[in-house]
Amino acid sequence: MNSVNKDTMYCKRKFIKGCYNYSVKKKECQSSMKHTISVLVENHAGVLSRISGLFSRRGFNIDSLAVGVTDDPSVSRVTIIVEGNEYTVEQVEKQLNKLIDVIKVKTLEQKEFLARELILIKISVSAEKRAEIMTIAEITGAEIVDLSMTTMTLQLADTYPHIQRFEEIIRPYGIIEEVRTGTIAIQKGSEIITIKK
Amino acid sequence: MIKACQAMVECLKAEGVKVVFGYPGAAICPFYDKLSDSGIRHILVRHEANGGHAASGYARMTGKPAVCIATSGPGALNLLTAIATAYADSIPLICITGQVNSDQIGRDVFQEADITGAAEPFVKHSYLVKNAQELPRIFKEAFYIAGTGRPGPVLIDVPMDIQNTLIDFSYPEKADIRSYKPAGKGNYAQIKRVMNAIFEAKRPLICVGGGVFASNARDEITRLSEVMQIPAITTMMGISVFSTDNPLFFGMLGMHGVKCANVAVKECDLLFLVGARVGDRAVRTPLSLEGSAKIIHIDIDPAEIGKNMNADLPLVGDAKLVLQQMLELAKPMEHKEWLERLNGLVAKPTFPEPKEGTIEPRKFLSQLSDAMPENTTVVADVGQNQIWTATAYKMRKGRFLTSGGMGTMGYAIPAAVGAKLADPDGTVLAVCGDGSFQMSLAELATAVQHGVDIKVVVMTNHYLGMVREVQQNAYHNRLTAVSLEGSPDFLTIAKAYGLPCMRVTCQQEAQQAIERLSHESGSFFVECIVDELAATI
Repeated sequence: MNSVNKDTMYCKRKFIKGCYNYSVKKKECQSSMKHTISVLVENHAGVLSRISGLFSRRGFNIDSLAVGVTDDPSVSRVTIIVEGNEYTVEQVEKQLNKLIDVIKVKTLEQKEFLARELILIKISVSAEKRAEIMTIAEITGAEIVDLSMTTMTLQLADTYPHIQRFEEIIRPYGIIEEVRTGTIAIQKGSEIITIKK
Repeated sequence: MIKACQAMVECLKAEGVKVVFGYPGAAICPFYDKLSDSGIRHILVRHEANGGHAASGYARMTGKPAVCIATSGPGALNLLTAIATAYADSIPLICITGQVNSDQIGRDVFQEADITGAAEPFVKHSYLVKNAQELPRIFKEAFYIAGTGRPGPVLIDVPMDIQNTLIDFSYPEKADIRSYKPAGKGNYAQIKRVMNAIFEAKRPLICVGGGVFASNARDEITRLSEVMQIPAITTMMGISVFSTDNPLFFGMLGMHGVKCANVAVKECDLLFLVGARVGDRAVRTPLSLEGSAKIIHIDIDPAEIGKNMNADLPLVGDAKLVLQQMLELAKPMEHKEWLERLNGLVAKPTFPEPKEGTIEPRKFLSQLSDAMPENTTVVADVGQNQIWTATAYKMRKGRFLTSGGMGTMGYAIPAAVGAKLADPDGTVLAVCGDGSFQMSLAELATAVQHGVDIKVVVMTNHYLGMVREVQQNAYHNRLTAVSLEGSPDFLTIAKAYGLPCMRVTCQQEAQQAIERLSHESGSFFVECIVDELAATI
């Protein structure tokens, strides 16, 4: 167990009507930021509700959550993006580790991983506008995956900021439906998150 | 091939279970049918929550997971409070609930409740059994999970059709869970650092919590404190780790603790926490200590370290093993000045003169503790009675039990029944208030039915005293819904259950009651009339 960061909390003390109260507050100077946590879990019923329940009852905010089975069919990977300071992330990791179904938890180092999200976006397009959309698709790397007399459906797998940008560009053409996955992530290079046999 | 319900009983036998607590119903009937001639003693409680509390009392005395049983729907839901109470105090329970038939789950049939869902925030782990063949493995895992690491309740929800399925039965020898590896010994390098910090400290202080009981480390911590002459205090959950006769022991800290323990925390230069989670009632301002004292925190649950207070030297491990490692490195020390300072703060308790027709509860409990056997188990309920007992009753060799984390009223009577069943030769004393007593007085029948002798002291002040005190102090003395007017005559109640009893309204009667509580065998019921406005501290 490594020493816990000393600056993660500070205390406030009040004397109210004969009884002391105290509150733990996040240190103000420590800004809240997004953290990507990769979690390996047993692939069986009820695990996801345990994880999501943990986040809500401990007051952690989930920005995004994506689940899928891994190469080992008995194991699923949950990728969670949580917003908070170091104290929050440390608690999230420790509390997740306490769940019996959780096999491994790792917070990915900023910039040391690749993250992707998938978007499917359906727009209403008349025949004259199709060429314009195709140009946008070509520039942004999106694919046209479905076409009808009045609509086009595009697909893009990219980082969250790029997806946001792509959506902004497409919006003026009239989005009629949009579907997005949460973000999934993998470490760069030879680093892996795996279960010790 | 045997029926799964028979297999469930065989699992309990294989785990050495002798006593279970429960309340039957249709959905758990197959299991009850097999329990009937199993040789396992079933204690019928009068409410499922009390079955859980009784199992909690039993588990705390044996140090092993105890079993409680309820039926589906309302039975299981009633058990929830007990599950949460056990979770808050890290008590190992195996909670077995019946569930409606598998193919009916999710259709809102009669007495159906999603109990694994509802209990999720308060269990260490839970199972909804979908394949009867998995039952033996699930039971093995459940006992292993509940009783190891940081103990806690584990719920097994078994649909009725699953209980009736035929399976091949063989009980696994051990549980192998790849994602659950509880901590054992402490890191040796860190233990050396901890010892060096203690060697350097001028004013070290040991503070122990319920974790010391969970890991059965009472002897180890007492020895460490003695060898190194380190004064010790406890949280409420840690009461009775140290005997009140121990000259190095300075009482309970916290909101309702004694002055000397609280001053000790403020003035120490090294605080050595063992199995204590630094809850808000124990350390009012945990973070204010960070600057002034070096903090060593031993806990088996890594999530407790740094949750409420940052530790300079965190040490994850089983308290017993870690303390044994520390004892190997310990060397005799002296802290004369520091101990003198603390001894100077020890105030001899003074009790206000009670009003006519009432007694001073702390004086009564203090005198009672002088007369009772040294190894008496004391179960305090929740409220003013709890604080009076925690601070005035002098614990020596016995155990002090209470609902510390959750503060569940009505805990004392059922937990006392469980404790007595675990230690049939010992004396068990339950102390309640008139509020908490009325939450579980029906359990007197459980005690009578199963021949469980318990001593009960009820402190009657006709108020929900602790809430009344909050209203007096923080709500301009507007007393709302705290009067217990309309309560029955408790002696008539005790007599109705066939219990010998007496009422105490003066010092002379107090002496008689103490004499009878400490010397008569069998159950005894005492009602003490306390000043309506008696203070908690």
